[in-house]
Amino acid sequence: MIVRNRDFLRPAADEVIRLENVRRHYVVGDETVKALDGVSFSIKKGSYWSIMGSSGSGKSTMLNILGCLDRPSSGTYWLNGGNVAEMDDNALSDHRLKNLGFVFQSFHLIPQLTVCENIEVPMLYIGLSQSDRKGKAEALAAKVGMEHRLRHLPSELSGGQRQRVAVARALANDPAVLLADEPTGNLDSTTSVQIMDLFQELSEQGKTVILVTHEPDIAAYAKASIVLKDGVILTATEDAK
Amino acid sequence: MKQFLYLWPFVKLGLTDVWRHKTRSFLTMLGVVFGVGSVIAMLAVGEGASQQALDSIKRLGSDNIMVQSVKPSGEEGGSTGSQRGTLAVYGLLYEDEERIRQTVPGVLMTVPARMTRRIARLGERQLEMRVVETVPGWFEVVQRPVMAGRVLSLNDLEVRANVCVLTEHGVRRLLAAEGMIGQRIRIASGVFEVIGIVKNETGGTVRAPDSEADAYIPITTGTRLFGEASIRYSAGGMEGEKVELSQIIVKMRDTSVVEMGSKAIEAVLERFHKKSDYRIDVPLTLLREAERTKRTYNIVLGTIAGISLLVGGIGIMNIMLASVTERTKEIGIRRAIGARRSRIVVQFLINTCVLSIGGGVVGVLLGVGIPLIITYFTDMPTVVQPYSLLLAFGISVAIGILFGLYPAMRAASLDPIEALRHE
Ligand SMILES: Nc1ncnc2c1ncn2[C@@H]1O[C@H](COP(=O)(O)OP(=O)(O)OP(=O)(O)O)[C@@H](O)[C@H]1O
Ligand SMILES: [Mg+2]
Repeated sequence: MIVRNRDFLRPAADEVIRLENVRRHYVVGDETVKALDGVSFSIKKGSYWSIMGSSGSGKSTMLNILGCLDRPSSGTYWLNGGNVAEMDDNALSDHRLKNLGFVFQSFHLIPQLTVCENIEVPMLYIGLSQSDRKGKAEALAAKVGMEHRLRHLPSELSGGQRQRVAVARALANDPAVLLADEPTGNLDSTTSVQIMDLFQELSEQGKTVILVTHEPDIAAYAKASIVLKDGVILTATEDAK
Repeated sequence: MKQFLYLWPFVKLGLTDVWRHKTRSFLTMLGVVFGVGSVIAMLAVGEGASQQALDSIKRLGSDNIMVQSVKPSGEEGGSTGSQRGTLAVYGLLYEDEERIRQTVPGVLMTVPARMTRRIARLGERQLEMRVVETVPGWFEVVQRPVMAGRVLSLNDLEVRANVCVLTEHGVRRLLAAEGMIGQRIRIASGVFEVIGIVKNETGGTVRAPDSEADAYIPITTGTRLFGEASIRYSAGGMEGEKVELSQIIVKMRDTSVVEMGSKAIEAVLERFHKKSDYRIDVPLTLLREAERTKRTYNIVLGTIAGISLLVGGIGIMNIMLASVTERTKEIGIRRAIGARRSRIVVQFLINTCVLSIGGGVVGVLLGVGIPLIITYFTDMPTVVQPYSLLLAFGISVAIGILFGLYPAMRAASLDPIEALRHE
């Protein structure tokens, strides 16, 4: 008789993220789109990963699941040792607020808020006082080199500046994991390099960074990579460190 | 306090949002502005009207019972045939006053009065006055401020003095500017000295006992000069009526015994009057009736105002739904950052409340202003009650929450990924 505890799958202490046979299927009419079709891997604390693959291979789907914006159709996703399938919407929201930071291809700043107010939004939800928020937001703006544009609206900034503000906002509650979906997709090569240097720096400061891209020279910044094709992992290089 | 600090940025956001869409917000608020304004204005007009009615009833005295002589309808029974025609005899008697005072429990005093219309003269001037033959108690029971001189005294009654107290209307029309107190005037066949002037009843919405030019004289003097009963001939002297007392005012010890007293009076009178030639008015009952009328009035007004607020609320809901669509992407961003659904709900509710409370504040100003204008142009009394301001404010908050809830829930239930993709 074989009695096995399901917890044998429970991730090791240094694994921030662990996916076990994760699938994400979309049912559209009679058709089923298998955006992810059985993906398993784990990511250690402080590592720097890139997720590559051609268009439609499931990169964004994967990142949305990792970022708790979406749930797997089947399979298990362990985040910080907790099973995401067992968490309710509020718990997922709190994970996004405290443990995860998002950076998007099209920046996604709130247009009617100033640079400073945009950076403050996550602190607002965590309940920081006005003065705490202000001090922290200014420090973060300085960290990404935007301290001279605090009172500006996003529409008054260049693409690279907007992305730097977005990075500052992602760092607002000091999350363990940074998720970036093609963060340089809308930027020219010079500004891309500036943003990638910023991620490099954050990685060196101990953040876990997961970067979706289809540009090999951007992926080269990462220490490890996963290549997706049609919803399955084609190749995965081990963390060099 | 911490909660409030947490909410403040969202209030600020709501305010800037309202400011950014000035025209749209203004038009949206109009519904609530007029709704709230009309609630307050209508309540103020209603309250003014009913206070006026209540005041005049209260002036009759809520512890009084008025018993009046009335001509029985189609009645010939009590007439005495005389050579001058028919004489209808009816109404209250001195005996009735006596019986009421003796047998009805809780009676403090009774005031008899006989009222006739007679011509008063002063030199060339003449005026038809209502002559009230009564006792000093009248002025205790029917409270009327004394403007000059004094009212009737017991001594006047005892010595059957030829003195009279006039109401200011009578004074103005008869005496004009001539020396008032001490002036001698002729009433019918008697000459009377004016000893006092009392104020007229204002705003007579109920059967007020003296709303015109009245002359009060001691009832004993009246009896001496004009006889035991008032006899009035009309239609060429072919028909007449004889009434001993026009009115008995019964003052009760306390308002709590008024109702019981009026029943007892009714029983006493019923026994001795074969025909129903009297009527019993209880100001307290009139008061209750007036209060009931007021309630009905308020319900009608409230319904109308409620409908206009409903329309205002629907307007707000409509705009908020448009705003949710417009801000789908922002909602997606906030959710991705980690805002719980409830926080999105709160944000949109605050936004709606900013609109509805803004409308409410302007509406309150309007609601305070309109009654002033009404009073200025129509002389109609209006009373803006503080509670109606609170009520209107509360209603506008409630509208914000009620009609903001659906759009807010819709915003919160958006799928974050879909919302982020929205352009
Ligand atoms: N909401 C959805 N409903 C149905 N199918 C979807 C949905 N979202 C994604 N898909 C499908 O899932 C597959 C993977 O999509 P995904 O967005 O993850 O690709 P991607 O690797 O990010 O591509 P790109 O590089 O173009 O961004 C695609 O075939 C897409 O059509
Ligand atoms: Mg994608």
